[in-house]
Amino acid sequence: MVKKFSFSMGGIHPDKCKLTSNCPIEDAGLPDVVCIPVKQHIGSPAKIMVNKGDKVKVGTLLADADGIVSSDVHSSVSGEVLKIEDVAGSTGYEEKMITIKVEGDEWESSIDRTSKVIKEINFTPEEIIEKIRQAGIVGMGGAGYPTPIKTSVPEGKKANILIVNGIECEPFLTADDRLMVEHAEEIIMGARVINRALGIQNAIIAVDENKPHAIEILTRLSKLYIGVNIKVCKTKYPQGGEKQLIKAITGQELPSGKLPIDIGCIVQNVGTVFAVYEAVLKNKPLFERILTISGDGIAHPCNYRVRVGTPISYLIDKAGGLTDDVAKIILGGPMMGNAIVNTSAPTTKLTSGILLFREEKFIKEEASSCIRCGKCATVCPAGLRPFAIKEAVVYNGTSDELRKLHAGDCIECGCCAYTCPANIPLLDYCKIAKQEIRKK
Amino acid sequence: MLKISTNPHIQTRRNTKSIMLDVVIALIPAALFAIIFFGLEALRVIVVSVLGCVLFEFLACRYWLKVKNSINDFSAVITGLLLAYNLPSSMPSWMILVGCFMAIIVAKMCFGGLGKNIFNPALVGRVFLFISFPVQMTVWPTPHFLQLVSPDGQTGATTLRMLKSIAPEGELVAADRYSINELPSYFDMFIGNIGGCIGEISAFALLLGLGYMLWRKVISWHIPLYYIATVAALTSILYYATGDIKYLPLAHVLSGGLMLGAIFMATDYTTSPMTIKGQIIFAIGCGALTVIIRSFSAYPEGVSFAILIMNALVPLIDKFAVQRYYGEKR
Repeated sequence: MVKKFSFSMGGIHPDKCKLTSNCPIEDAGLPDVVCIPVKQHIGSPAKIMVNKGDKVKVGTLLADADGIVSSDVHSSVSGEVLKIEDVAGSTGYEEKMITIKVEGDEWESSIDRTSKVIKEINFTPEEIIEKIRQAGIVGMGGAGYPTPIKTSVPEGKKANILIVNGIECEPFLTADDRLMVEHAEEIIMGARVINRALGIQNAIIAVDENKPHAIEILTRLSKLYIGVNIKVCKTKYPQGGEKQLIKAITGQELPSGKLPIDIGCIVQNVGTVFAVYEAVLKNKPLFERILTISGDGIAHPCNYRVRVGTPISYLIDKAGGLTDDVAKIILGGPMMGNAIVNTSAPTTKLTSGILLFREEKFIKEEASSCIRCGKCATVCPAGLRPFAIKEAVVYNGTSDELRKLHAGDCIECGCCAYTCPANIPLLDYCKIAKQEIRKK
Repeated sequence: MLKISTNPHIQTRRNTKSIMLDVVIALIPAALFAIIFFGLEALRVIVVSVLGCVLFEFLACRYWLKVKNSINDFSAVITGLLLAYNLPSSMPSWMILVGCFMAIIVAKMCFGGLGKNIFNPALVGRVFLFISFPVQMTVWPTPHFLQLVSPDGQTGATTLRMLKSIAPEGELVAADRYSINELPSYFDMFIGNIGGCIGEISAFALLLGLGYMLWRKVISWHIPLYYIATVAALTSILYYATGDIKYLPLAHVLSGGLMLGAIFMATDYTTSPMTIKGQIIFAIGCGALTVIIRSFSAYPEGVSFAILIMNALVPLIDKFAVQRYYGEKR
């Protein structure tokens, strides 16, 4: 019996609905036109380096990171820059995007397009971090935090362990699962590259027990690499949350307001680690990713390798098309993803999934009055009392009152709202509370 | 047309109604045992009480508060069942309706309905009946196994009343004194072959309900366990310290309203604390008050009063019984 790791506080068990865990990654192909947003990360938008009419290749730098907390953006296709202007994004808000008309598929010559796994790392830590920076890699688990910052240890801090997050606890999503199954060795090498950059020897790849195929392959391969270990975690949402994963793997809890590096941990998503491998050892910037298209509203759920900027509607058409009974489209997972209105919007470096749901299954019920069951507090993985935060928000509590309730520690996992038998949108109140705290 | 909403986009199928329905299901064994031992009279009490509570809630929503009808969330059915379970089978129907009125209108709807009341509605109804109609509320028909109509109309005493007025050994002077031999066996107490309120007699049936609620995750085990354990511990201490038969621990645990109170009334979501820590404090308080009232007051039974007093402390407990935050050292 293998010991399975988990966090102890709160958590829920939603239906896993992993429809596509046995669907091999397919290439989504090239659309006619791509729209590449210049801000696909946390921080300032990148500075645009191309002009209308310029010819670009796959991997050409389109926009340069503006400051430390920012990220480079590369072209995902070859062709001509049609326009550089504000275009409505997935949520309807306009964002600055570079529109490129696709002509052929010509890659920058520096990119190694072979599938051979490179196992030698002949770079210094500084060179690795510079390569990660130049590849425009950001945290692909959803946060979009620029990876070069996370792979450099700040002055006075010490890294002990790299945790590679292969949990993918959101229902429906299988992109990370497939990546681990099909590119296990590359992920292990990516982890070694990051270890080199951090100057440490230890990497743990944490995989959810509901991915037996990935566990088997990774366990077998990891025996060949010293310092890389696989740990199997219990299926429980939000196991893939950074704080929850650190608790599960190290047994330590991250104190409020601290970063993982403060207790010697670095957590990187498997997608990010794979991108680091490609950037450092294959010279390939981050311009494509794996995403899952799933839900009960799509004919052929599958996993696609998608170029950044591909319109969502293109992918939906490819997977069977948008039918009339689809009521909701979500970017990301059903727990933390966003419902979208504009299907002509592009996918980004952070799009882990596109979910289409039909009306009858996923309609939200009307909220009724709180019956004080306390389940929201029981399931909260941050140990908060969402019912108290809701009360404080409803009665216009001051930011001090909200701070006393630790509302700022909410990780927005949505366990409270998922569980509430009265269907109260507790997460919305928590988000309002966080905003109030940030204001002061 | 695509719909938008904030996340999460999925929800449990568990809603207020399904939880309440589970509580109703958990209460069914106790109803069966009530009918097994008290016959059709028990059925009458249950039907009148449930219909009364549902009717009052319907009328209050429709004509007084003018809000959306809330009877289909089943909470009024639970209140009706619990009130019935706290009455003797001989209770006149009109008095039961008075209890329903106090429970639903005064204790529940006056506060704003489900989730807003401070006191457990069924207990408010019971205590009101208890102090208003003390005679009818302390007549205990003797149980008859599987007889629809009581053959003799006999009445007796509850186990707790007997314990309270047990005669010293060798003497049996007054009529309201009981000898130790009159106490029912532990098996009778467990299965419910004793005098008492119709729903409280069978510890077995109530434990079945507890098992169901734990399995369906309606409640956690904390309140029932801490409540019953506190009563067991305190009566044991008193029993072994004084040697007085009236503190007989197992009799206190198995008879009276303790099981019903600990499993179904103290665990009422609305009137109990919301965190596990608060629930433990609440349950220990209920247990201590129950033993104090049973031991030292004029009443043989103390569960109703104990829970109502602790209900009043719930806002205070909720304020201070805060669970540990993630990352916080305690």
